[in-house]
Amino acid sequence: MPHTLPELGYAYDALEPFIDAKTMEIHHTKHHQAYINNLNAALENHTDLQAKTAEELISNLETIPESIRTVVRNHGGGHANHSFFWSILKKDVKFSGDIADGIASSFGGFEQFKDTFSTTAAKLFGSGWAWLVVDNGKLEVMATPNQDSPVSVGKTPVIGLDVWEHAYYLKYQNRRPEYIEAFFHIINWEKVSELYIAAK
Amino acid sequence: MTHELPPLPFAKNALAPHISEETLEYHYGKHHQAYVTNLNKLIVGTEFENASLEDIIKKAEGGIFNNGAQVFNHTFYWNCMSPDGGGKPEGALAEAIDKAFGSFEAFKEKFSQTAVTTFGSGWAWLVKNADGSLEIMSTGNAGNPLREGKTPLLTCDVWEHAYYIDYRNARPKYVENFWNLVNWKFAEKNFAG
Repeated sequence: MPHTLPELGYAYDALEPFIDAKTMEIHHTKHHQAYINNLNAALENHTDLQAKTAEELISNLETIPESIRTVVRNHGGGHANHSFFWSILKKDVKFSGDIADGIASSFGGFEQFKDTFSTTAAKLFGSGWAWLVVDNGKLEVMATPNQDSPVSVGKTPVIGLDVWEHAYYLKYQNRRPEYIEAFFHIINWEKVSELYIAAK
Repeated sequence: MTHELPPLPFAKNALAPHISEETLEYHYGKHHQAYVTNLNKLIVGTEFENASLEDIIKKAEGGIFNNGAQVFNHTFYWNCMSPDGGGKPEGALAEAIDKAFGSFEAFKEKFSQTAVTTFGSGWAWLVKNADGSLEIMSTGNAGNPLREGKTPLLTCDVWEHAYYIDYRNARPKYVENFWNLVNWKFAEKNFAG
C-alpha cells in the first residue's frame, strides 16, 4: 500500500501565533505530501519494500537497492521526519515528567538544554533538523543535514525541529532564532516524555 | 581586509514580477548582508584575514568557507540577472552551449532539472572546465565550482529563501521565471574571461 499523508490531529491554526496556519497548511499539504509522492514513486518497482514504514526504510539504508537509496534517504527521511515533527507539537503543555528528570540529569537543567538545542538549531548551515535523541539510554542534542534522520544512525528521536527555511520563512523570514524561541512554546512534553520512556 | 556588501546591479523592484522587491529586501538586505557580517567577524586573526573570496572558496573550511562562499555566490547571482535579461546567449558561449548540450533548449531543460532537483539548500551552475568544455553542476549549501577548479558562468540560487516569499514550495515555477531574467552578457563575459 502506498504511503499516505497522515492527519495532523489538530487544526492548522492550533499552534498560532508560534507557527501560523498558512505555514502549517503549506508545510503539511505541499512539502510533506511531495516527500510521500517521491517516496512512493521510488518504491513503485520494489514490491518487497512497499509494506515497510518510512522509519523501517531509513533505519536500514544499506539494505535499500543503490538505485533508489538516495531517494529513499531524502524522501523517506522527509516523510518520517515530518510525521514525527507533527506528533510532538502542542501548545501549553507543561514541562514535567520523566523527560524533565532526564534533561536535568543530562544537561544540568532545562535552561542549559534549551541553550544547547537552540544553538545547534541556529548554527545548522543550510537545510536540516535539530534533535534531542536517546542514544544508549542517554539524552543528547544533535543536528542532521537535509532530511537525514537520527534513526539511520541508531538513535531514537524524542524532539525534532525542522529548520528548513520552508518551516518558518512566511512568518519569520531570515530570523531563525525567533522561530526556535517560539518552538519552545509548542513542544508537547507529554508526548516527548512517552517517547523518552519507551526509548531509554 | 573588510569585506563589503556590494551594491545591487539593479533597483530592488526591478526584477518584479519574477522576483519581488520584498524578496530582495530580505535576500540582499538580510541574508547577503549577514554572510558579509559573519565573514568579517570570523576571519579576524586567521590566515584568511586578508584573503580574497576566491582564495577563501578554494582553501577555507567551516564557517569561513560557508560565509565567504555565500558572499561570492550571492554577488555572482545578482550579476546573473537583469531587468533587461532573458533571451539567449550569443557568440562563442552560444556555440559552446550548442556543442555541449545539443541546443539551447536542451541546455535550458537540463539546467532547470538540476535546479529543481537539488535537494535542500544549494545552487545550480553552468561552468567552464579547465579544457574549455561546459558542464552543468549542482552544489549543496555554500558550495562553489571554483573549489573544484571550474569557472562559474551562470548560477541560480535554490535556497528556499530565494523564492519562498514569491513562490512558496513551487521551486519549478521560480526556475521557469528565472530564465526571463538571465543576464547573458554577464555569462558571455565569464566564458570569454
